[in-house]
Amino acid sequence: MTDYQEYLNFLYSALESQNKNQLALSEDTTLVADIGLSSLEVMEFIEKIEDHFDISIPLNILPDVNTIGDLAKKVRELNL
Amino acid sequence: MLFDKFQTMANFQAELASRHVAPFGAVTEKILSATEGVVQGRNVILAGTNNYLGLSCDVRCIKAAQEAVARWGTGTTGSRLANGSFTEHQALETEIAQFYGVGHAIVFSTGYSATMGMCATLAGQGDVILLDADSHASIYSGVKQSGAEVIRFKHNNPEDLAKRLLRLGDRAQNALIIAEGIYSMLGDVAPLQEIAAVKREYGGCLFVDEAHSMGVLGATGRGAAQAAGVEADVDFFAGTFSKSLGSVGGFCVSRHPELEAIRFCISAYIFTASSSPSVVASTREALRIITAEPQLRQKLWSNAHQLYAGLKALGLTVGPSASPVVAVEMEDRSATIDCWKALMEAGVYVNLVIPPASPSTNFLLRNSVSAAHTTAQIDTIIAGYASLITAGLITPNSKAQ
Repeated sequence: MTDYQEYLNFLYSALESQNKNQLALSEDTTLVADIGLSSLEVMEFIEKIEDHFDISIPLNILPDVNTIGDLAKKVRELNL
Repeated sequence: MLFDKFQTMANFQAELASRHVAPFGAVTEKILSATEGVVQGRNVILAGTNNYLGLSCDVRCIKAAQEAVARWGTGTTGSRLANGSFTEHQALETEIAQFYGVGHAIVFSTGYSATMGMCATLAGQGDVILLDADSHASIYSGVKQSGAEVIRFKHNNPEDLAKRLLRLGDRAQNALIIAEGIYSMLGDVAPLQEIAAVKREYGGCLFVDEAHSMGVLGATGRGAAQAAGVEADVDFFAGTFSKSLGSVGGFCVSRHPELEAIRFCISAYIFTASSSPSVVASTREALRIITAEPQLRQKLWSNAHQLYAGLKALGLTVGPSASPVVAVEMEDRSATIDCWKALMEAGVYVNLVIPPASPSTNFLLRNSVSAAHTTAQIDTIIAGYASLITAGLITPNSKAQ
């Protein structure tokens, strides 16, 4: 089982190319309001995570995901 | 504030107004034919209508609608479950089922309500839906309402679908797989042979939306599944009457008798007024015509090849193969708006598509071809794009032939 921090670290690195304003990322950084991801960019990011962990992330979880930390927790649950 | 979330759209509309462009509010003042009209005071070639076979202006369809409106009145004023089921609706259901060679059909008031309603109803809590990432907004809207677990697979990627079904284990047997025949924005065709093979291997139910492929693909015009030879693998076909059939409305057909029970569980079918009998009558006539006149499809494809080849030869970024939908992809929003406006001024009325309606972060000048376009009209559309290059509004890519 991978540690929460490891999920966070992966998400930080996966977001690098989409973090156009070079924001300092933390678990409280929001994907849309802070980083400015469009809905299409969010889905591209989700695909990156799915490929890396070999999981499917249901769209149903997205309404509960605002921050990088929220997403790390969801991915950890799905990858258990 | 409640309205804050609309500010971005309000700003975009204000920007368009300041540039005297109305791509999303252009008003058609007169229809001259299936391919010509007066829009915003200008005579234009209609190059973004989805009127694939030109039947919206066919005199036989018009006559059928006129006779029906005289006989039945202007509307049904009720739901199919209440007072809105006329013999016209039942006849159309019988005929669309026969057209597909299956036993069961439901006719809806719009294509949107057909796909949205079916996707919202077929799978429910505890079920899994796998849908192509580039699915139409009506499908996304439906699956969101369904209560099922919703998983996207990569667009037109059967390997990715297989991977996701494999991850589901036994749950795959009961999954609903959703694909479209031709995708509406770029005109690309689904690899249905491969998708059907994946379904056979892992199980599940296959739902194919033939909205843009019915009347366009297949030996008798049933769509992409017929063209791919995999109709037996498709559990549910959905489609619309508002494209190749030139009217409005939608349908779902199936070989499964359970469709008759499902009918009574679809909110989008139950809680809306049924189609006007005149609309149904013109649809029935159009269905008869597309069956009797395969030459319409041949002319459509001839026009599609002409437009695709012409735009590709100009060096514009178009899809991987010819299709009745030919979209020119651009990266810059402002330049795309300028091009749309210049095309309009050149007498060519196309669709402007912006993300997220486009399947990527690109902007589209979306053209749809009709069998009713003349060769000269297609040449005029191509010339319109050539003038964009001459005016420096669009840069051809280096691969121009």
